[in-house]
Amino acid sequence: MYYLYILTLLALLISVFKSVDKTSKAVKIALKKFINILPAFVSMLILVSIILFLIPDKIILKYLGNNNKIVGIMLASFFGSVTLMPGFIAFPLCGILLKKGVTYMVLSAFSTTLMMVGVLTYPIEKEYFGTRVTILRNIFSFFIAIVVALITGIFFGEIW
Amino acid sequence: MTFSDKIKMSGFFAYICFVAASFIFNFNPGKLIGINFYSFSMEMLKLLPCAFILIGLFEVWVKRKTVEKHLGAKSGFRGYLWAVLLAGTTVGGLYVAFPIAYSLHTKGAKLSIIFTYIGASAICRVPMTIFEASFMGIKFSIIRLFASLPLVIVTSMLLGHYLTKRKYKILPGK
Repeated sequence: MYYLYILTLLALLISVFKSVDKTSKAVKIALKKFINILPAFVSMLILVSIILFLIPDKIILKYLGNNNKIVGIMLASFFGSVTLMPGFIAFPLCGILLKKGVTYMVLSAFSTTLMMVGVLTYPIEKEYFGTRVTILRNIFSFFIAIVVALITGIFFGEIW
Repeated sequence: MTFSDKIKMSGFFAYICFVAASFIFNFNPGKLIGINFYSFSMEMLKLLPCAFILIGLFEVWVKRKTVEKHLGAKSGFRGYLWAVLLAGTTVGGLYVAFPIAYSLHTKGAKLSIIFTYIGASAICRVPMTIFEASFMGIKFSIIRLFASLPLVIVTSMLLGHYLTKRKYKILPGK
């Protein structure tokens, strides 16, 4: 996290040093873009706050422990798609699941959909790229996640 | 203000009233939702100002020609490599990648490249992958990376090709 602050500060300093005018223009662009997209961010945050209440970690822990492989993958990719959590919550959760005996294949489906498929980021993605592209990209990503999960399963010997 | 804006605004106020009332009357589900909202907002506020300032600096300083040359229509395979490398250093997640990809595209990066960037920034951010490997083992991370990256690039090409053929234009002024 800190390297982002240092990088931004450095970039700003260099920019100011080279041209104050251009820097103030850049900050104005930043502010304008941020304000433009803010309503979409608030929509996303509202969705996130409700979904995380409806699907807390406990539920995910409970359902991913399912022994049936196909049901496991289906549930994992469903939970991964409709939730949103930062890596520092998601991977410790995966670590716990792994210790509980959940297969790598299922965890791969969960973590890949979590990262790539954004039902909750829909309000933001739609603002930038439009509804059609957003839906297409998410469908593609969902299938990528399923294929990746199957490949993971093959490599860990969980399919045969 | 359009009709859908009005619906959004009333939804937003209903949400605020619900959360506020939950805190006043000690209604636990509502309180949890409020706390979720707060903690996620804080998490994003740590990243977003930096991300948008960098986007602003990018728009002002980086020449269109440079972006077109490396990420544009004639960039070839190396364009995808740049997209993946750039994604590796991105922080946050999809919600940071979208505005960056948008700016790249307005500066001349082609569609398949920005979709590769978005997908790659979801799956191969370096700090996140290291963190993942520490919980799941290095084998898991490597398999996941090598299985997903080619798929991301191929589907991005397909999507880019399809949209270019359909004369897709990105929404202006975001």
